[in-house]
Amino acid sequence: MASVGITCNQMVVHDLQEDKTDRIFHALADATRRDIVARVVQREQSVSTLAENYAMSFAAVQKHVMVLERASLIVKERRGREQIVHGNVDTVHRATQLLQQYEELWRFRAESIREILSENPERGDKS
Amino acid sequence: MTFVSSETNRDALTLTFVAEFDASVERVWQIWEDPRQLERWWGPPTWPATFERHDFTPGGRSNYYMTGPEGNKERGYWVTTSIEPPNRFEFDDGFADENGDPSTAIEPTHGVVTLQEVDGGTRMTTVTTFVSTEQLEQLVAMGMEEGSREAMSQIDALLAEDVRA
Repeated sequence: MASVGITCNQMVVHDLQEDKTDRIFHALADATRRDIVARVVQREQSVSTLAENYAMSFAAVQKHVMVLERASLIVKERRGREQIVHGNVDTVHRATQLLQQYEELWRFRAESIREILSENPERGDKS
Repeated sequence: MTFVSSETNRDALTLTFVAEFDASVERVWQIWEDPRQLERWWGPPTWPATFERHDFTPGGRSNYYMTGPEGNKERGYWVTTSIEPPNRFEFDDGFADENGDPSTAIEPTHGVVTLQEVDGGTRMTTVTTFVSTEQLEQLVAMGMEEGSREAMSQIDALLAEDVRA
């Protein structure tokens, strides 16, 4: 099972002193910031797109983004006029994990199909 | 035993899922063909599907929506691209807008389904091909009770690794 890790170069690991862990916990102690991470882990987006989700100023959202960025939970990069934010996870690992989750969906479906078939093994009423 | 095997190919972004059922090929075909049966199993957990249209013919369109835990609806469509009843069909499955028209924001996945008789039962093989990791992420997010719950468990994993490091 592939685990999702902070883009796992040795530098990041080495750099991970106590204050870094504190930063991560501090960053995640806020509901808005957790929500931001949840969104950008799913899909990268601009800070302005993100800001549309919250009843707060763009500057306030930007501040949350900065806290998350310092904790290495997200990465921000400038593209043209936009600041794009994405989750700091290794994409290859992520793809594997996602495929596994999709597999679970199929397991669920197969189980549901089995139940439907067991109700009516041969005819399958269309009513 | 329902589940047989599954194989993921992360570079090709495909998922092959094989299951066997204790029913004839014709009977298993019905769970795809009959929209009332199809909608009982198609939607992910907590996202039951409702098929409003199911034209299971070559080039035929199907329209469905899935209802999320908070009553929110996500619309989807199929185009059956080839069909050989009762053994094989291929289809594109994508998101749709409120009118049921294909969404331009995200490309459809392609599925190939084959049904084979084995020992009086049926082996069903589905091969799903995704176009990108981003697409996969969006699809998986749909299957979650809430997208954020999924992300939170990843955050937990991140934190667990950090604590170990």
